Amino acid sequence: MSTSKNKISQPVLELSHITKSYELGDQTLEILRDISITIRAGELVAIVGPSGSGKSTLMHIMGILDQQTTGTVKLAGKEVVNLSETEAAVLRNKYIGFIFQQFNLLPRTSALENVLLPTIYSGNAIEKTPYATKLLNDLGLGDRLQNAPNQLSGGQQQRVAIARALVNDPAVIFADEPTGNLDSKSGHEVVEILKQLNKDGRTIVIVTHDLELAKVANRTIKIFDGKIVSDQTK
Amino acid sequence: MKISILARSAFTSILRNKTRSFLTTLGVIIGVLSVILLTSIGNGLTVFIEEQFQNLGSNLLIVSPGEIVNEEGGFNQEEAALALATSKLSQSDVTAIKRIGYPVGDVVPLIQGSAEVRNERGKRRSISIATTKEYSPMRNTKVVVGRFLTDSDVTGNRKVVVIGNKIAEKLFAGLDPLGQSVTINRVRFEIIGVIEKKSDGGFGGPDFDSAVYIPVSTARSALGQDKMTNILVQAASKKDIPLAIDKIKSTLEKRLNKEDFSVTDQSDILKTIQTILGTLTVGLAGIAAISLFVGGIGIMNIMLVAVSERTKEIGLRKALGATPNNIMIQFLIESAVLSTLGGIVGIILGVLGAMAIHPFFPATASLNSILLAFGVSLATGIVFGVFPARKAAKLSPIEALRYE
Repeated sequence: MSTSKNKISQPVLELSHITKSYELGDQTLEILRDISITIRAGELVAIVGPSGSGKSTLMHIMGILDQQTTGTVKLAGKEVVNLSETEAAVLRNKYIGFIFQQFNLLPRTSALENVLLPTIYSGNAIEKTPYATKLLNDLGLGDRLQNAPNQLSGGQQQRVAIARALVNDPAVIFADEPTGNLDSKSGHEVVEILKQLNKDGRTIVIVTHDLELAKVANRTIKIFDGKIVSDQTK
Repeated sequence: MKISILARSAFTSILRNKTRSFLTTLGVIIGVLSVILLTSIGNGLTVFIEEQFQNLGSNLLIVSPGEIVNEEGGFNQEEAALALATSKLSQSDVTAIKRIGYPVGDVVPLIQGSAEVRNERGKRRSISIATTKEYSPMRNTKVVVGRFLTDSDVTGNRKVVVIGNKIAEKLFAGLDPLGQSVTINRVRFEIIGVIEKKSDGGFGGPDFDSAVYIPVSTARSALGQDKMTNILVQAASKKDIPLAIDKIKSTLEKRLNKEDFSVTDQSDILKTIQTILGTLTVGLAGIAAISLFVGGIGIMNIMLVAVSERTKEIGLRKALGATPNNIMIQFLIESAVLSTLGGIVGIILGVLGAMAIHPFFPATASLNSILLAFGVSLATGIVFGVFPARKAAKLSPIEALRYE
């Protein structure tokens, strides 16, 4: 079960000396300054910071949604440089799972089909259908497979989104304010699910401004003004 | 990625906005409908006119008085009218052409005049056609009752007449006209036959059903008409037509001045008409294509709306691993499905429309025009879908996910 805590495992994501800046006229806006983080397999990490601290930008770079200005990113041992949009999409599809604050499920599309969405792009939707069904069953949605998002509660919708993040067995899962849109009871359920998934060996990065939520993680990285201010492991 | 999955998602999103999808496809429906209707009308007209020409007989050459065909190959109407009045073609020219032999087949003299046909029941304005027995097979003119003119009618200068269907109806309603007599321009003729109903004389052609047919010799002796309106010559076969024209020309040039006659080939006229109708059909289709173009713009517009409405969905799909091409294909399929649905409805309505006007006008929807309309509507969807689809494909996943 929990093998990750004390054992040194493989790094899945290595960021070294990452900066991100935008040119605004003659001004340079620095969002991230010299960020180095290594995420190892099996970790449950919280990246915490107030809004505007750069934590979302950091998550986008870690999730291959955006590219850094300087520095290097290694995903599953390989450096990712100068990716085309297509190459980035293929990497995200294979290695990254996302859980969003807004759930972001396709409307009028069944829970099962929503879970299978990433497999459409990896081309194995049919082979993955039993697995997607199992994931939904495990998350307590076995009787909701054919329900559309508007027939599900917020907590149920987020569980569908979690199943969707798991379907391609990614190397790392990013959860961006996963409880932000939920009442406390559903939020608590989602937190328990994330903990359980980590116990099962999944690598999870929670991005949040909520220090309470961050407490579930074994390791908390605090970001302020584009810099890492602390990186503590319990 | 499976095209079938994309096609299904395209149908889903089209059905999600039923009213909007219908209004969008309406442009394509009207475009395709008008392409099919207008090309069917054009095609129908061509077929109709070809049939009319076939009814008039094939491999037919017409020797006319004067230069009715000008140097550019056009029809010289004023010259033609004048030439008919001062025709120099005579019976001896007919004989001369007959003597050519191969490739000239039957030679039929023709003297047309206006005639007033009268009996005790009434009178009727008509055209008299003075000719010989060969006229009947050459122009597909069939007798329903009695017989057509014979050689002995001609050699004997007999005052006999074969009357057109309408004359028979008007002057002998319900009675047997055979053996009865009528006067043509005050000369008494005996009726020997009635011609089968041929045409309504529509489209400006002569009204053959109101004509009366008399022996050519009798026109000369009894009505004083001796100059030929036309001489009809049957060429031995289609490929002999140019040779026959040459021989007739050289024969007549020895007897008449060059400007006193002309030889025309019926297939030339048919070709000219076919060219005109072909151009007309293309022109009509072109006009109809404009509405298809407008329909395409409608599709492009609605797809642009769809792209901005679904910005967040596009961002999500990209975050989950959709490549720009995946997104592009998804939206292209959607616009292609939209326009193809419009195309199919338009084709069904167009074919039904062509069938509906068929009783009044010879319109036929050809398979070609259906396939063309289908292809064009599919292409419309793709061409006008490219711009919105590319726009969707280029969206940045972060920006798109943030979009509210």
